[in-house]
Amino acid sequence: MDLFATALPALADAWALILQPVVLGYLVLGVVMGLAVGIFPGLGGIAGLSLLLPFMFGMEPVYGLALMIGMVAVVPTSDTFSSVLMGIPGSSASQATVLDGFPLARKGQAARALSAAFTASLFGGLVGACFLTLFIVVARPLVLAFGLPEMLMISILGLSMVAVLAGRVALKGLAAAGLGMLIGTIGIADAGGSLRMASYDFPYLTDGLQLVIVGLGIFAVPEIVSLLRQDRSIAKDATLGAGWMDGVRDWFANKWLSVRCSLIGVIVGVIPGLGGSVVDWIAYGHAVQTTKDKSQFGKGEIRGVIGPESSNNAKEGGGLVPTLLFGIPGSGSMAIFIGAIALLGSGDIEVGPAMLRDNLDITYSIVWLLALANVVGTLLCIAVSGGVARMTTIRFTYLAPFLFMLIAFAAFQSGQNFEDLLALFAIGLIGIFLRRFDWSRPAFLIGFVLSNPVEKFSNQAFQIASFRFRNSFEDGMGYIFSPIVIVLLIITVVSVVLGLRQAKSIMAEGEVQSGSKRAPVVFLLVIMAYVVIALLNANAIPDYNMTDKIVPLVIGGVTLTALLILLVQMIRRPEGDSVFADKEMAGEDADAPYGLWSTLAWFGGLIVATYFVGFILALAGFLVTFLRVRAQAPWPKTLILTVSGLALMCVMAGALNRDFPPGLLQHAVHLPWPLK
Amino acid sequence: MTIKNLASTVATLALMTGPALAEVDFSGKTIEWVIPFSETGGSAKWANFFAPLLAQELPGKPTVVVKFMPGAGSTKGANWFQEQEYEDGTLLFGSSGSTQFPYLLSDPRVRYELKDWIPVMATGTGGVAYLNPADGEKFDGSANALQDVNLIFGSQGATGLDLVPLLAWKLLGMNVEPVFGIKGRGDGRLMFERGEATIDYQTSSGYLSGAADLVAAGTAVPMMTWGALDEDGAIVRDPTFPDIPSFKEVCAATEGCETEGVAWDAWKAFFIAGYPSQKIAFLPQGTPQEVIDTYVAAFEAVRARPDFAEISSNEVGEYPMFVGEGAVKATNEATSVSPEAKAYVIDWLKDSYGVTIN
Repeated sequence: MDLFATALPALADAWALILQPVVLGYLVLGVVMGLAVGIFPGLGGIAGLSLLLPFMFGMEPVYGLALMIGMVAVVPTSDTFSSVLMGIPGSSASQATVLDGFPLARKGQAARALSAAFTASLFGGLVGACFLTLFIVVARPLVLAFGLPEMLMISILGLSMVAVLAGRVALKGLAAAGLGMLIGTIGIADAGGSLRMASYDFPYLTDGLQLVIVGLGIFAVPEIVSLLRQDRSIAKDATLGAGWMDGVRDWFANKWLSVRCSLIGVIVGVIPGLGGSVVDWIAYGHAVQTTKDKSQFGKGEIRGVIGPESSNNAKEGGGLVPTLLFGIPGSGSMAIFIGAIALLGSGDIEVGPAMLRDNLDITYSIVWLLALANVVGTLLCIAVSGGVARMTTIRFTYLAPFLFMLIAFAAFQSGQNFEDLLALFAIGLIGIFLRRFDWSRPAFLIGFVLSNPVEKFSNQAFQIASFRFRNSFEDGMGYIFSPIVIVLLIITVVSVVLGLRQAKSIMAEGEVQSGSKRAPVVFLLVIMAYVVIALLNANAIPDYNMTDKIVPLVIGGVTLTALLILLVQMIRRPEGDSVFADKEMAGEDADAPYGLWSTLAWFGGLIVATYFVGFILALAGFLVTFLRVRAQAPWPKTLILTVSGLALMCVMAGALNRDFPPGLLQHAVHLPWPLK
Repeated sequence: MTIKNLASTVATLALMTGPALAEVDFSGKTIEWVIPFSETGGSAKWANFFAPLLAQELPGKPTVVVKFMPGAGSTKGANWFQEQEYEDGTLLFGSSGSTQFPYLLSDPRVRYELKDWIPVMATGTGGVAYLNPADGEKFDGSANALQDVNLIFGSQGATGLDLVPLLAWKLLGMNVEPVFGIKGRGDGRLMFERGEATIDYQTSSGYLSGAADLVAAGTAVPMMTWGALDEDGAIVRDPTFPDIPSFKEVCAATEGCETEGVAWDAWKAFFIAGYPSQKIAFLPQGTPQEVIDTYVAAFEAVRARPDFAEISSNEVGEYPMFVGEGAVKATNEATSVSPEAKAYVIDWLKDSYGVTIN
């Protein structure tokens, strides 16, 4: 009761703080800025918040909070646009949305998918806020109950979603996830500092590959290339079927799924150190497991959109708990948020353990500003979704050059190296072939995302457990097999068993015809070669750095075993078996009027030209050539589109104070921005 | 030493005569303050705090923007800055202990020479180590009763700022087993709160905002601070924590711990590079004297603001902010380590943690 005696007045104070016209004005301003930033893939909340930071100094705290929260809150909402409309995962929070959202857009139901996603986001945000209002005052001991073994188990639960998304041939899904994990281990190991598949002579890889680049490469590049080859619009027949009201109705029909996924979002979001990247996969897996007719997943099942979208906004609310209560940021944007709070007002709001005691009203303001920002953002998004959905009826050849422009810019923002573009191209190639031969791309991405948490938590938990075992056997066992771990273990086992049984009906790539042996076997051998090299490389790490080599060795070993079994199957089975799935045999890709390599060469050309003359000059040349040669556009149209594209890039980069990739020319001659 | 004298003379002059001397004018220009870390780190917070203040004090009130160039633990950005020459005074660089440590240890990625750059401002911090209550009872101002206890510490890596506590505990003869791979000291504190780690440390601001509450609640016992430097470069009690003994005092009271000799010198050198002059603002090589003076005067003016102590408490705490000559001196101390001390640390890293630097 004591708790409520302090919590209720604080809640009332919080509402009094929020419901001032000026505060709401700042909130709307933040939301609009967040939408403008979030609609571009790969930029997200970090870029937006950095933009706001200079204004935070000495600002009235609640105004500053409204502005910042408005911006952070809408990013997981607005990035749904690029996931659904273009198949480009806007941020790590909306990767799973791509799986069913984009097929819906291709069916001409973009407006329906968008409005269902936004309604789910809104609802998730509100559920998150209600839950937090009660939970935040008692959260501390619960959060502390999640130690390393518990976090490891949640990561493994996320990894077990591979079973659901493995595709028709489970071994291929396993191998794809293993390959993703191995690629996730590239770079300097966190624990002992050993280099894995990297060298100081080529410093780019020492930091590992960025999630933005892998997400864009695996999902966006293959879809853009495939659509461009077919030379049509995203929506078949360039017509729009269902409207935005259908989406709202869809959400209402699935409201309980939305409730459950929202709660999953809040709870996983509360645990510090996990970040948001598992949440949407767990929610997607849950949506699959609770749907009776699973045949539509991967082909445009609305539940596959509602599940992840309900969870990702709720996660933002959950993420406030470690941020505010412990001063530990759950994500990059939360880290900036903490830094910015210290600049607000007289600087006396201190994020951390004292926050609940000294600033409970501010804490509640933050929770409910977040919810309110979700409402405003969603309404704005739904309002424009009908219009934006028309984009899917444009001939894709007119969209593609701008999408190449956007993903190249987004990839460069992650590390500001020219090599970012090369990495995007290389990962894009992997994505294209995974898609072609029906190896599960979601499994690859889940493996990549969870590679680092699994390695980190298992190493650290092992170290602490062995320390406990030295104390006593009971101490050690009690540490590893806590009640939470046992519950999570049961959920994981159940989800793997169910998942494997269901996986055959869930085809993330749609129907794929099988063909001759040669191409699928060559691809398998290429992957196998990489796995063997990675294994040898990991084995060469000296034994005293066991922490750095054990995880790559184990994962590499499992992956290699799966690949060997597949190889035997490929040798023994006849042509036409589902093992030899190949999109170039039949279907949209095979019938496309343009070839793969000539289409990919356009993107390659943009990158090569950037290497010589820098991004903006290369982009100008690329747009003009592409529109004239490939799209056969008349000169006036070409020039107007080129200038608009360049202007968009410059305004974006100028406003966010970003540079473009420089080329050899820029090293030789000093040029003014944006050419430099 | 000439730079130092020059800088001090001109800094004083600039202070006395004010804008009259400053012919440098940044009207309408944009100054880029490059930080070799991501937007989310402590250095980002530091630069974002100083940038608007600096903008107000520079002649012509330019826009100061903070740019991030993360990569390879800040060596990417530092290598880039090494290539930059003076152009028009619109480039500033911010280093941190993570830039200074690889330089001191001759990390193979380091292609920069800190002594080429021109420091204009430096700030520092302190650090506090604390124990769990059970082992805290055994601490009596010396670590004698802690030498046969096994402790666990959540660490970001032995070659970063955690080098200073790890080496300190080693000198005290304690068995502290680091669990590597955590991100940020906040995660270390959380590990301590969960009972998985049994010893921890925080920088001063982290201690005040997080760990001090644990101490008040009785779930943590403060052990020692790293201390602070006095005018003569000797280690004294940290003025922010006058009631907590410094490592030097604890070492003197503990059997087998020497406050002189090569091991002590090595600890002290890395302490100075990592804490009292942790973050330094540099101008590129070749910067003319009048531009240096302009920046020094601007930072002087920032420090002289009547509300500076209040608004900076989160950023610099009770620690001095060095400007001009002081920054040059602080940088010299942060970038010099004797060959013996360096060899000692490199050997220790290899023997204890299997870390090889080349």
